[in-house]
Amino acid sequence: MKLRYQVSGDDLSLAGKASSEVKRALGRLGVDPGAIKRTAVSMYEAEMNMVIHGGGGVAVAEFSPERIVITMEDSGPGIADLDLAMQEGYSTAPEWIREMGFGAGMGLPNMKRNSDELRIESEVGKGTTVTIVIIFSVPGGGQA
Amino acid sequence: MKVRDIVATLDGILMTGEELLDVDIQAACGADLMSDVMAFVKENVVLLTGLVNPQSIRTADLMDIRVVVYVRGKVPPKDMVAEATRNGMAVISTKYSMFLACGRLYEAGIRGGGTREIR
Ligand SMILES: Nc1ncnc2c1ncn2[C@@H]1O[C@H](COP(=O)(O)OP(=O)(O)OP(=O)(O)O)[C@@H](O)[C@H]1O
Ligand SMILES: [Mg+2]
Repeated sequence: MKLRYQVSGDDLSLAGKASSEVKRALGRLGVDPGAIKRTAVSMYEAEMNMVIHGGGGVAVAEFSPERIVITMEDSGPGIADLDLAMQEGYSTAPEWIREMGFGAGMGLPNMKRNSDELRIESEVGKGTTVTIVIIFSVPGGGQA
Repeated sequence: MKVRDIVATLDGILMTGEELLDVDIQAACGADLMSDVMAFVKENVVLLTGLVNPQSIRTADLMDIRVVVYVRGKVPPKDMVAEATRNGMAVISTKYSMFLACGRLYEAGIRGGGTREIR
């Protein structure tokens, strides 16, 4: 089963809705709560990055009873130094973003910690695609 | 510690979540940056925050945190309370600062919190 969301880069108050919906869908499928939480955290961090740094984009969540694969694609500025970006505490977020509750520089490390596989493809001036894979320890009850 | 004791300890106002008053809370996370909340790995958590925007409710919901306290007398707008109600969450406002609110809850018996290595 596949869910697809257009994520707006203009309205911060809507950011996170796609992740909330995916979380609820996994709950209905009876996936184990630990895997649901790991999915929710990883996807939400990626969704916020896409909104805050990437100017919005497209989120696709594809799941089977065993796993979920989330792809978040934006056409933003890209990430110049990925190793640096992955470090805890590194952030280029401006002050007004901090006032909105983001910019701790913990998003990418949180995604890494919570996912079974994390792939980031980024090209400066072109955009960023983040792929997150979470494997369920207790398979969900099939297709929703 | 029950949610009703949290309300009492913080001289708080419960904005929504009557049905959670008897839920047991064992740990607290005080943060204004949501990724710090996302890095918190405890169960039965109350989130204390000064961040009054929809992301505080959404972050808590995604983390299965069912109780959110707004410190420094902040009152969340109606649509945020409505989102919390839809999510089955409790929302509390307290006049106390982050420091005083956390201190009062610690003194009243909530001891669970996160520790991290110094890097
Ligand atoms: N999709 C993206 N497009 C462009 N730059 C990005 C993207 N995602 C991350 N970055 C860059 O990597 C940095 C680190 O990202 P990370 O998510 O770890 O922290 P943050 O978003 O700044 O803060 P936090 O996630 O804690 O709120 C960002 O500050 C930004 O410079
Ligand atoms: Mg981030």
